[in-house]
Amino acid sequence: MAKYAFFLGCIAPLRYPGIEKSTRVVAEALGIELVDLTNASCCPAPGVIRAFDKKTWIAAAARNLALAEKNGLDILTICNGCYGSLFDAAHELSENKDLLADVNEILSKIGLEYKGTTKVRHFAEVLYNDIGIEAIRSKIVKPLEYEVAAFYGCHFLKPSKIKQLDDPENPHILDELISVTGAKSMPRKQKVLCCGAGGGLRAGFPNNAMKLTETNLENIKESGAKYIIDVCPFCHLQFDIGQKDLGYTFPVLHLSQLYGIAMGMDVKELGLSAHQTPVTL
Amino acid sequence: MVTLNPDFVSELATAGGENAKMCFQCGTCTASCPSGKNTAYRTRKIMRMAQLGLKDMIIGSDDLWQCTTCYTCEERCPRGVPIVDVVIALRNIAVANGKMYDAHKKTASNLIKFGHTVPINDKIKAQRVELGLPEVPPTVIANEKAKADLDVIFKATGFTKLIG
Ligand code: SF4
Ligand code: SF4
Repeated sequence: MAKYAFFLGCIAPLRYPGIEKSTRVVAEALGIELVDLTNASCCPAPGVIRAFDKKTWIAAAARNLALAEKNGLDILTICNGCYGSLFDAAHELSENKDLLADVNEILSKIGLEYKGTTKVRHFAEVLYNDIGIEAIRSKIVKPLEYEVAAFYGCHFLKPSKIKQLDDPENPHILDELISVTGAKSMPRKQKVLCCGAGGGLRAGFPNNAMKLTETNLENIKESGAKYIIDVCPFCHLQFDIGQKDLGYTFPVLHLSQLYGIAMGMDVKELGLSAHQTPVTL
Repeated sequence: MVTLNPDFVSELATAGGENAKMCFQCGTCTASCPSGKNTAYRTRKIMRMAQLGLKDMIIGSDDLWQCTTCYTCEERCPRGVPIVDVVIALRNIAVANGKMYDAHKKTASNLIKFGHTVPINDKIKAQRVELGLPEVPPTVIANEKAKADLDVIFKATGFTKLIG
């Protein structure tokens, strides 16, 4: 049985707990054992914290990586931001021994050491690569008939040079993960356009962030999609909250929630009351 | 007056933006940038200013903070410039020189206070309990010792002092 250190991050557990819950239930159904990465912190957020002070970013990320390493487990994330941060940090620390030594000097103050062995995985990618579409198909009890927009976000696939998961310009992984539920992923323009939230834009320059969100929403509407399916709680939040001011009402679901529905979870367990745009199924 | 600052190259290199020098100014990044479509931010121009050492111009403008770190430009750059790394390095320098937006500072102080970028609240606690999850997630916010460890890191890197 595949076993991972479950890295919660910030937005899922503290704003959309239904994403956390659905992930736990779906993982169990698919034979993935999730062991809570207790005492973990924010990844830390690449947009603001990395931009403020890289040394702080990588030291705090290394603490998270070291906690997983101590448990002998690789990390599983449900957020593109956490995935981006922790994957990049693990990559940099494996490439740069001097940096690793600097970071370990800091970690030694709290009795930790990072040896550099933790792998960082994204929930959607683990489903696609390790569990496989056919095994997922066998767990679908309620085929869905939704027409949806597959929203990849940025840090799931990019930078593709180090992530090597899919074509960053015209990806298909998430479309396949959606199609297996019976839902139809509608082709649309600018499929990999940023949601607008990243890089500190949502907090610092909300007007620019909202313009990107709006372009996405226009493209989604034009495609005929009725739902937005994401793999990142931050994209999720940007659409769920952001669209209210823009006059759109697309229900927004994280992939784990879509799977929860298709695998027969009680709708009450999806945590839809946390969503600002009502979700009608 | 605009002054070229040759020392800036090494300052940028120390911050992790050394590879700005590989840029040959083709403009593919600007043409790809979704953020530049809405603003005056021009990725190519930032790379050029970094090469020339126009430190004050770079850190004095909002443009540097319009990048969403979407990596679209970096995927397409024919010179393989790690553009986002350069942007991050420039932002680190700007922050070290006291350029911080209040909204970003808030996120940073949340991290110092809670170990997370957003605080927990009663509504979320209730929703978590309703879902059969622990009221508070089993992270640093549920463990004082772990939070104290994180504080040690923030003090050691100077982050606590930086955010103030
Ligand atoms: S795409 Fe690359 S080489 Fe071309 S201007 Fe941008 S950073 Fe420079
Ligand atoms: S990473 Fe930044 S500069 Fe590059 S395309 Fe995206 S928003 Fe523009």
